[in-house]
Amino acid sequence: MQVEMTRKINILEDNMSTNVDLQNNIEKDYTTLNLGPTHPATHGIFQNILTMDGEIIVKAVPTIGYIHRAFEKLAEHRPYNQITPITDRLNYCSSPINNMGWHMTVEKLINCEVPKRAEYLRVIIMELARIADHIVCDTVIAVDTGAMTGFLYLFQAREKIYEIYEAICGARLTTNIGRIGGMERDFPEIAWKKIHAFIDEFPTMLAEFDKLVTRNRIFMDRTVNCGPISAERALEYGFTGPNLRAAGVDYDVRVMNPYSSYQDFDFKIPVGTQGDTFDRYMVRMQEMWESLSIIKQAVAKMPKGEFHADVPEFYLPEKQDVYSKMEALIYHFKIVMGETEVPKGEVYHAVEGGNGELGYYLISDGGRTPFRLHFRRPCYIYYQAYSEMIEGGMLSDAILTMSSMNVIAGELDA
Amino acid sequence: MSELHDNILQALEERFPGAVISSGDERDFPVFHLQKNQLIAVLTFLKQEKGFNFLTTMCGIHYPEQGDQEFALMYQLHNMVQNQRIRFKVFMPKSQLDVPTLTTIWPTANWMEREAFDFYGFKFTGHPDLRRILNMDEMNYHPLRKEYALEDAGRDDKEDKYFGR
Repeated sequence: MQVEMTRKINILEDNMSTNVDLQNNIEKDYTTLNLGPTHPATHGIFQNILTMDGEIIVKAVPTIGYIHRAFEKLAEHRPYNQITPITDRLNYCSSPINNMGWHMTVEKLINCEVPKRAEYLRVIIMELARIADHIVCDTVIAVDTGAMTGFLYLFQAREKIYEIYEAICGARLTTNIGRIGGMERDFPEIAWKKIHAFIDEFPTMLAEFDKLVTRNRIFMDRTVNCGPISAERALEYGFTGPNLRAAGVDYDVRVMNPYSSYQDFDFKIPVGTQGDTFDRYMVRMQEMWESLSIIKQAVAKMPKGEFHADVPEFYLPEKQDVYSKMEALIYHFKIVMGETEVPKGEVYHAVEGGNGELGYYLISDGGRTPFRLHFRRPCYIYYQAYSEMIEGGMLSDAILTMSSMNVIAGELDA
Repeated sequence: MSELHDNILQALEERFPGAVISSGDERDFPVFHLQKNQLIAVLTFLKQEKGFNFLTTMCGIHYPEQGDQEFALMYQLHNMVQNQRIRFKVFMPKSQLDVPTLTTIWPTANWMEREAFDFYGFKFTGHPDLRRILNMDEMNYHPLRKEYALEDAGRDDKEDKYFGR
């Protein structure tokens, strides 16, 4: 198995048709294997047509777009506040980060100053979402190597995070959390209780998972040197996020272009060296500890004050004001009917999403809807390196490589 | 104008006179409108000599009212070492949608260009595998162009007059 894993076969298209291995000069039969579109091991709708030499992948042709929902076209027909639910459905493992990224893009366009408290509340939400995202990815790597237990244990922590979302905004998966200009409401008492409970409980749970999986002999044998990519290649392929950091490049949007007061917090950027599955796993593990530390700092330093900016045309007024004040009634009507006007302009805003730089490129022509909205989806950009990463490896490693890249179908296909 | 804008503009004017049609700052981004035939040369120069090693994103844009500048492609580069981001735009009329491919400089341009082809119909000359990517192969139009309405064209209960627009 060790010898087979490092074997890399480069076969030209025309050799494929004659089925001749030029090096060994013997006739070969290649098998075509259709991995997907629906396959329990790919965790989403991805199709890869694999040309196999025994258990070695010679060539992989990915097909994507099975759950394409035309979000960019949809966004051109929706008022700004109604685009937030669309962003939920990009990377649905960490929808709050997507929501916040969108709010911040619009805030940049309308030149809105968000109060410090709202920014800190957002940081807490975003880091919780990052932990939830990394929990999914890391536990699924473990599941794909055959370790079900860790997955079942750590998913309890994810459930706790979802309960926090629920206490804040009422939703669990597609959160639609926050509003343009801040948060929709301050965190209720129950949410704070749950956050404090999470801060207390999570280290034990994560340490337990760490102990169970990370240095496990079988796990390391399966993941070390599985689906590696070099830093140069990763940069050329547009990798960002944990996958790029696993290859050894310390690029993180939170540090490079701080948004939402990330400059106030002290945290490390974990990097790997090999860019293989184990490094990607380790980078995510370390990032969860860093995220937890950011949450602790944000809770400790939480400033007092308003939880949303003074932008009434984006923020629904109190219901009793709608019945008693003219302005509130007008703004209520404008928001509900989607008649809010925004300035002309062109902005790009990027946040560090669960799996990389999630960018929003927005062109506004001053109308009620965006003229053009383009999502820079990290998955879509780095998934094209997948075939290069798995060619020459074993089929079972291809499954692991995919789960360690954290490719989310919703974000891939937009 | 930002300092970054002036530096890049000066470097480009010296090296490729006439390549930049117009330029300016759009919020925090310097934006340069380029001649289409100079695109590859300019981006290669910036990657190799100015440290813009990362193609962040690119996408197509359709301005139906701009005559011979109807279609545009937007490219965003990132110099990760000095943390500088710049944006380029190339405009073209509907009759000349052929654009040189960037896949020779950045492999990541492969799917980005397939997406732009899929949604707007840009023809990237020299692209290794220019097929539709998110839509089905049988589709015979490019859906993000502005002439394709999202709503069913036969519907008349959602006209603007009912909403006082």
